[in-house]
Amino acid sequence: MPGDARPKGIFKNLTAKIAAIPMVLTAMVVFLGCSVWTIVYSFTSSKLLPKTRWVGLDQYERLWGSRRWLVSIENLAIYGILALVLSLMIGFMLAALLDQKIRFENTFRSILLYPFALSFIVTGLVWQWILNPEFGVQNIVRAMGFENFIFDPLYNADIVIYGVLIAGLWQGTGLVMCLMLAGLRGIDEDIWKAARVDGIPTWKTYVLIVIPMMRPVFITTLVIITSGIIKLYDLIVAQTGGGPGLASEVPAKYVYDMMFLSQNLGQGFAASTMMLLAVVIIIIPWAYLEFGGKRHV
Amino acid sequence: MSDSTNPMARRDHTHDSVEPDGPRPRHRLSGRNIMIYGTLIMISLYYLLPLYVMVVTSLKGMPEIRLGSIFAPPVDITFEPWVKAWSGACTGLNCDGLSRGFWNSVQILVPSTLLSIAIASVNGYALANWRFRGADVFFTILIIGAFIPYQVMIYPIVILLREMGLYGSLSGLVLVHTVFGMPILTLLFRNYFTSVPVELFKAARVDGAGFWRIYLSIMLPMSLPIFVVAMILQVTGIWNDFLFGVIYTRPENYPMTVQLNNIVNSVQGVKEYNVNMAATLLTGAVPLLVYFVSGKLFVRGIAAGAVKG
Repeated sequence: MPGDARPKGIFKNLTAKIAAIPMVLTAMVVFLGCSVWTIVYSFTSSKLLPKTRWVGLDQYERLWGSRRWLVSIENLAIYGILALVLSLMIGFMLAALLDQKIRFENTFRSILLYPFALSFIVTGLVWQWILNPEFGVQNIVRAMGFENFIFDPLYNADIVIYGVLIAGLWQGTGLVMCLMLAGLRGIDEDIWKAARVDGIPTWKTYVLIVIPMMRPVFITTLVIITSGIIKLYDLIVAQTGGGPGLASEVPAKYVYDMMFLSQNLGQGFAASTMMLLAVVIIIIPWAYLEFGGKRHV
Repeated sequence: MSDSTNPMARRDHTHDSVEPDGPRPRHRLSGRNIMIYGTLIMISLYYLLPLYVMVVTSLKGMPEIRLGSIFAPPVDITFEPWVKAWSGACTGLNCDGLSRGFWNSVQILVPSTLLSIAIASVNGYALANWRFRGADVFFTILIIGAFIPYQVMIYPIVILLREMGLYGSLSGLVLVHTVFGMPILTLLFRNYFTSVPVELFKAARVDGAGFWRIYLSIMLPMSLPIFVVAMILQVTGIWNDFLFGVIYTRPENYPMTVQLNNIVNSVQGVKEYNVNMAATLLTGAVPLLVYFVSGKLFVRGIAAGAVKG
């Protein structure tokens, strides 16, 4: 640790302390201060402006009684679980394919990762166009002779979230693939050799040896994807606007709409506090696993 | 944690040395290879499809779009949609195209990137080499802060910006980007500076160099790659931002992503899909360019950025 280089007295570090002021301000004022502020004000009846009229858990009761919030939660759950499972599976399989000492590995990787460089807005708009029933996939399959083919996820309330999922997976799997590839590359070549000598089939080596060894990579990836999923917002705004009806609403959009469109700040604060709670529930066990035992930050 | 920036690089290295000498045994058309390459090519085509659709749609006229398939290449190539997207597409009452959003985004991007990198690199340097009491506490809060959903902090920040008189302006948004870029960038720089040999730092101290002197004449020149990685991270991140743009700026200051969304999802008027796709491509062009030019460094950036969260 470079801490060994620490000068003796604490006054000697004055410049360093001054240089760290932006970090201290960001940590204390924005991350800590603003979060606490929002949590505190979620117990008030704030409407257009924040007010300190305390109403206890009223906002939360109203929140969990609102159909729109329940739909948002349900959507996020469906999207989240599927996005998590599918992107981990697809990402790992792509990484395993790229790890076969193939030619053009860089080309393939560039192609699979480029959507990740694009914004969710761009992603949402492209897939809105491709999934457009009048011109897109449905139209093409119909033109091939299947007159009654129906594929209109963005216009069908029951399946709209899967339409969003298609776009989300297209954008995000490349990242998972990259993380997994880094994980695979971190596995000692000798393990593969040993498995080969013992005559263990490749798929079995992956399932029984490699994947268990990559547990930390999987956990980290899981945390990254999950904290991204909870923030899901831009994609919905661009691709469906929350529609048809309320069918593709998500919590982050609920927060924004309550705060900035419906002049219902209290609801927005309560909803965002629930989002924070969800993150805390996911992050704490992870942080415990990662940093609990031995400190190696 | 500190070495997760370079497992790829390190492994590349071992890779070379493990590879046996001499020509590789050639059985390229084995069933296994056909399977692998076949699958990869199919998947690559799927991934490229949206890009292809964007390009061909943006080059067609509206009549051709109505008649043909979205996958068909354009018969009559026209650049009209591009011109219109850039300088004539409407959002509400304004019909001056995406160009305004583009220039807004540039005006947001340049100062945000420079400011956030400057601040975060000095922070990371202070944390790595000049550890002081309490530093770890603030740093931990900063890193935990990276996981807090933005929705929890957006409203109080509105109040703060309003108090400072920056709400709605480009400078306000620059400040917001600087603040939210700080956790990941500080982590990136801290870990990088930690890996610089302590002896160098000690020698400079003995020679009487101070905080800024060591930063400017030793650390900075040694760490150009990490600055490039940070830049890639920030340029794509800030360019692609939507949420902060829509909250913290007034309509005339909207960044490109927000304006793009308003153009495409506006309800009035006839939908011009070709103009929409040209506009979408124009907005995606900057991060795509960064991505394809930076190559491996982009991968390193996201590996660093993502793994550390």
